[in-house]
Amino acid sequence: MISNPMPLVFAARKPCPMREKCILMTELLRIKNLHIEGFTDDKWVEIVRGIDLTLDRGEVLGLIGESGAGKSTIGMAAMGYTRQGCRISSGSIVFDGIELVDATVPVKKSVRGTRIAYVAQSAAASFNPAHRLIKQYAEAPVRHGLMSFSEAEKTAIEIYRNLLLPDPENIGYRYPHQVSGGQLQRAMVAMAMACRPDIIVFDEPTTALDVTTQIEVLAAIKHITRKYGTAAIYITHDLAVVAQLADRIMVLRYGELVEENSAREILANPKETYTRQLLSVRTLREDKDLSASEKDVILEAKNISASYNGKEMVLENINLKVRRGRTVALVGESGSGKSTLARVITGLLPPLAGKILYRNEELPPALKSRTRESLRTMQMIYQMPDTALNPRQKIRKIIGRPLSFYFGMNGKACEEKILQLLDMIELPDHYIERLPTELSGGEKQRICIARALAANPEVIICDEVTSALDQLVAEGILELLQNLQNRLHVSYLFITHDLATVKAIADEIVVMLQGRIVEQGVKKEILTPPHHEYTELLLSSVPEMDPDWLDNLLKERRKNNENA
Amino acid sequence: MAFFRLLRKSPPIARIGLAMILLNIAAAILAPVIAPYTETEVVGDVWMPMSSEHLLGTDHIGRDMFTRLLYGARNTIAIAFVITMFSFAIGISCGFFAATLGGWVDMILSRLVDVLMAIPVLIFALVVLAVVGNSIPKLIVVIALLDSTRVYRLSRAVAMDIEVMEYVEAARLRGEGIWWIMRHEILPNAMPPLVAEFGLRFCFVFLFIAALSFLGLGIQPPMADWGGMVRENSGAITFGIFTPLWPAGAIAFLTVGVNFIVDWFLHVASGLKD
Repeated sequence: MISNPMPLVFAARKPCPMREKCILMTELLRIKNLHIEGFTDDKWVEIVRGIDLTLDRGEVLGLIGESGAGKSTIGMAAMGYTRQGCRISSGSIVFDGIELVDATVPVKKSVRGTRIAYVAQSAAASFNPAHRLIKQYAEAPVRHGLMSFSEAEKTAIEIYRNLLLPDPENIGYRYPHQVSGGQLQRAMVAMAMACRPDIIVFDEPTTALDVTTQIEVLAAIKHITRKYGTAAIYITHDLAVVAQLADRIMVLRYGELVEENSAREILANPKETYTRQLLSVRTLREDKDLSASEKDVILEAKNISASYNGKEMVLENINLKVRRGRTVALVGESGSGKSTLARVITGLLPPLAGKILYRNEELPPALKSRTRESLRTMQMIYQMPDTALNPRQKIRKIIGRPLSFYFGMNGKACEEKILQLLDMIELPDHYIERLPTELSGGEKQRICIARALAANPEVIICDEVTSALDQLVAEGILELLQNLQNRLHVSYLFITHDLATVKAIADEIVVMLQGRIVEQGVKKEILTPPHHEYTELLLSSVPEMDPDWLDNLLKERRKNNENA
Repeated sequence: MAFFRLLRKSPPIARIGLAMILLNIAAAILAPVIAPYTETEVVGDVWMPMSSEHLLGTDHIGRDMFTRLLYGARNTIAIAFVITMFSFAIGISCGFFAATLGGWVDMILSRLVDVLMAIPVLIFALVVLAVVGNSIPKLIVVIALLDSTRVYRLSRAVAMDIEVMEYVEAARLRGEGIWWIMRHEILPNAMPPLVAEFGLRFCFVFLFIAALSFLGLGIQPPMADWGGMVRENSGAITFGIFTPLWPAGAIAFLTVGVNFIVDWFLHVASGLKD
């Protein structure tokens, strides 16, 4: 099919005579009127509708949108690849003169990995745990015959150094479980760089990371793409993140282009309402202030220490107070013990030491010995609404069960109360007949909130309730929670790693690190300097809507290090 | 209604399987109506060939083969069904208990099942039936108990996976009792693999009864059952008479039909449904 002899030249990848010509013609990738369909419900549904995209040599293009916008699908299509159950129905993808849409498998193979590489969201799931990092690094170049293993080892050290990894000479000889999450993500970027590709597709490479590690990875990606002049497609749902890296940004929604412009231009004056919404979220949150007047302590954790195996302490000497009608935000990186504390408070994990007081009365440590009434007053909302709702129960049963269980309601009264709750969470009445699988992520989370409210609780523990949701949907959930608090005066213990959420909803902030509380107090105090060292690190690591933010921050940190 | 909608989308192979099973059930229910003779009546010579009088010929003592086959469907299918129901009732409840309670309950039940499974089922059944004597209720209890060990293993594994889901934790935090959690949170989600397993175990059970009957310890003569009929008539093969192939064919027919359905269920349950 391919009349163009170029693929063969590139497959061998000798210092090619066309090299200069390539640099002259700066356009590297051109996608034209791309349509991609996915097979669902026995029919083909269009998920990408006529996208045009160009990428020049050395340019970083940001693709941004919520889940279902088709960003990952487009990113993969840039390699001529579609996920299983998807097909490219029309359009053209020209990579450096090669048409990838109808290219043969050998041609595509010669391009993938060597000239276009892909970095996935979860490094932990993408590495083979049985092999050392460097072996996996060398796999692509050795397999494509570009270099021998020992040559690859040498180049790896250089790449590792440029990715700012510690101890670049030796880190490659570790196994994936022996490095941290941020380092592993960078090791995967190194793998993608192994063949010095022309384009790297980054598919949400920092979404699964904590803010503090996100910075390391962002800095490394920025450094290496600049250093090697690699073009990149950076896919994310976070505008502030992509602003740090991208030269140009494309905003996508429902598989269509909403707006395209240079990064600075998009941030400075967005033209479309949708882009403006995405931008406004953060600024809106910061202004919100709430003043709950009640100050009486309703829930108190005293000197709590806990452990899963009896040896290693997961929580040490935790003291925490939740006041009536107020929100306490529990902040920290993953592994800091936030969720464990929630398990201790609910009684799922009896503590080794310390006690839980509810209205100044001590609660039994184990769930089994607590009374139904004390269970009722404390409800929980989970991070993943998909697993928190039984997929075989209708909404009527999910919300109705706490009503009949705690209050003995049934029949008409129960039905009316369910409709009332549905109204509270802003969902229409006919949802009562639906199954959770028939709802979107945000709607499911609303049902979880209704289930908690059905018990008429005094405290609700929210465990990362917005982190699995898209930005705008998450904003809706936070607003709902805030409105409900204003109306019902429930207290929230809000567990999160997202500081923007904290700023929006908290009255008091508790910062946790490695099972200990490092700082706690009223929001204003915590958020105004001077901060505790760790709080400072956390706060400064949240990306801002400023294209120069990352550079400035890194400069500043370097300066501080030199001074210290 | 949901079933009919599912059926409309079903592949031809599943419909064929369903037709095969329905044919068997019809034969079992309508046996007294269709059968030209009664179950134990001697009506002709030994091993008579097929004729208009005896559609499938006669057996080793001159009973009508067609009649025996119809009544055999009755005994074999009914008993196998009852046994499978029993073994599932025992297996599922024990398996769910072990998974939700964990700890020493799980330990004791699982080790007990390990012990039972360590002994070859056929030999174990032979020994037990030889000791306690042979009657249909005893047969049902013994096979159901032995068979429930397999169901226990499956339902425990399935329930373990479901038990860690947050909606189960939410039910626990609500203060729900173990029965409610098992019945309302776990069972509905465990249904697909269990239903598929039901079809398979049903096949194994009536093959097992056939094997026991073949050894003389299953359903006792003069009651007709397919396994027993193969055994009684097996001598005919040496004379080139294919009478024993009729009941053997009936066993194969039902097994294939059930497996068609089971394959389809597995396909549906694997999430390719809606």
